[in-house]
Amino acid sequence: MSESTGRPEDGTPTLELRGVDKSFGVVQVLHGVSMKVYPGQVTALVGDNGAGKSTLIKSIAGIHGIDAGEVLFEGRPVSISGPREAAALGIEIVYQDLALADNLDVVQNMFLGRERKNGFVLDEVSMEQAARDTLSKLSVRTLRSVRQLVSSLSGGQRQTVAIAKAVLWESKLVVLDEPTAALGVAQTRQVLDLVRRLADTGHAVIFISHNMVDVFEVADRVATLYLGRMAADIPISGVSRSQVVELITAGRSGSIGIAPADVAAVEV
Amino acid sequence: MSSDTVAPATSAQEPGGAPSGFEDDRSADSLGASVRAYVDRVRGGDLGALPAVLGILVLGLLFFALRPETFLTPRNMANLADQAAPIIILAMGLVFVLLLGEIDLSAGVVSGVCAAVMAKLLADAGSPWYVAVAAAIVTGVLIGLFTGSLVGLVGIPSFVVTLALFLGWQGFTLRLIGEGGTVPVRDPVISALSDKNLPVVLGWVLAVLVIALYAVLQLRRWSTQRSKGLAHQPLTVVLIRVGVIALVVVLVTAVMSVDRAPAPGVVLAGIPYAIPLVVLLLLALTFLLGRTGFGRHVYAVGGNAEAARRAGIDVTRIRVAVFVIGSTLAAVSGIVAAARLGSVAPGSGGGNALLYAVGAAVIGGTSLFGGRGRVRDAVLGGLVVAIIANGLGLLGTEAYLNFIITGGVLLLAASVDALARRRAAATGH
Repeated sequence: MSESTGRPEDGTPTLELRGVDKSFGVVQVLHGVSMKVYPGQVTALVGDNGAGKSTLIKSIAGIHGIDAGEVLFEGRPVSISGPREAAALGIEIVYQDLALADNLDVVQNMFLGRERKNGFVLDEVSMEQAARDTLSKLSVRTLRSVRQLVSSLSGGQRQTVAIAKAVLWESKLVVLDEPTAALGVAQTRQVLDLVRRLADTGHAVIFISHNMVDVFEVADRVATLYLGRMAADIPISGVSRSQVVELITAGRSGSIGIAPADVAAVEV
Repeated sequence: MSSDTVAPATSAQEPGGAPSGFEDDRSADSLGASVRAYVDRVRGGDLGALPAVLGILVLGLLFFALRPETFLTPRNMANLADQAAPIIILAMGLVFVLLLGEIDLSAGVVSGVCAAVMAKLLADAGSPWYVAVAAAIVTGVLIGLFTGSLVGLVGIPSFVVTLALFLGWQGFTLRLIGEGGTVPVRDPVISALSDKNLPVVLGWVLAVLVIALYAVLQLRRWSTQRSKGLAHQPLTVVLIRVGVIALVVVLVTAVMSVDRAPAPGVVLAGIPYAIPLVVLLLLALTFLLGRTGFGRHVYAVGGNAEAARRAGIDVTRIRVAVFVIGSTLAAVSGIVAAARLGSVAPGSGGGNALLYAVGAAVIGGTSLFGGRGRVRDAVLGGLVVAIIANGLGLLGTEAYLNFIITGGVLLLAASVDALARRRAAATGH
């Protein structure tokens, strides 16, 4: 289903899904979804509304259990049964609604729930240093202070903080759910740069977006969901923008995608 | 992708590494910049302690002008401290509850229940004072667990739960004490909270210790932040803060060290015990909120409960905990109030005790919408409320006017809070 048409991928994928099924009651949302996410690469996850992107992400995050199929993390089969297990493996999800507390500052948000302490007392010194290091490593230059309240940040800055928060935990896989959805041009630029740097610093990145310009700018691979099936999971160099759009809307484009018979079966 | 291109995060420095960004963290050394930042914050709707401090000054001047011979006397100041202490302590507990955007309407009557438990044990069972006090505090903890469970576990809005308990606990106190009766509190140790004072010398020693401790902590923090290259305030601001605290402590100690005996021949001087109790609670609770993981989580849940939940914080546990803290401090407040009045009546903690305490917290700068507030708000706001009550008493205002004025002040504080919040939303602060 997901044959590479471009350069072959070597090395172990950080995350590999094999034939994942998921149903909610009688509605089957995911049908035998397979996908590979490699370290140092941005994998764009695209698909129309209702294609199953959110369900797939929540399965990876451990929020939904899967009904069938295999999940391999760094080559080892794992079963992720909760958000904490996902975090323990090194999977961090940056949700669309960011989940930052407005009344706390940048450092406090980045360490929220995982504060460093000396005994009872919060270790503000080490937390501030680590937060600053992480932000510098990601070349974040848009914050005036790491001690400013999140309520005073712009949308792009908030997204930056949310992503930096995910990186702080030596995460291996970072999932970004439409990080550029509500941003202006300049802020989108900042966030896309940051996404690229995430991959360049060795993280495996899943980047969900509806914006083909963003996808082609930043992604190495593109995984296309069509009505709960993986239409294609291929290097982006092997496809054109119009082909991806076709994959999203029809599940098939030329020789790539779901076999014609299957498409017919899906659409019935 | 070969494994060696998977760079460990530590070796991923940007070429050049020219650190731009974080300008404010490095340029915050100038006093002018901090003053501008403060003005910006106030304009942006974050008023902090400003309304309460202004309130204390304006009301103080007003009542001094109206009653120059009685208001600013050492005797009335000691009386004011006595009056303010139960309000402040009750308000400290409410700060925790308000930080989550919840409310505890039963806090006042809970202080009455706990005081009644203590008084009954002292008067009827003849228990020693420490047993009675411990029983009152345990009662507060249990009541807080009950309230918190109804709010956090069952999920009933705190407004409804505590409104029901406001009625329920009054009945409980009435049953304990009996219709029309009062239980006297004559234990010397408990009464000492209100009618005994620290020896003058000890008062000065403690005052100097408090100032020294504050100065050392502030300066040490400043120098650590500076040497490690963290965000820090200019030294001038730190010194001004230390200076203001020192001035207030010295002033209070000096006024309380003057002989304020009503008749010649006796000496009545020294800091009333209620003041060190409030200071102790202020320090301990400020530490809890500002320096511990628990405090951080309280702010997080108050700011964005969903974010806190996703960050792995047990939101229910935090919710129950703030009600336990609120009721426990209500118990302490009840004990102090009972010591002051010398008795516990069925109406203890009813009436305007709660209104005063909520008013104190809100006037001090704690938001009714959750997420913003500090323990010191209770102290500053409590002083404002107590000055109003005290001053109106000296003026001999009629009771009806008293109610109207205090209610008006609470409404004013809540309006300031709501407007500040709107302004903050508009200016992104």
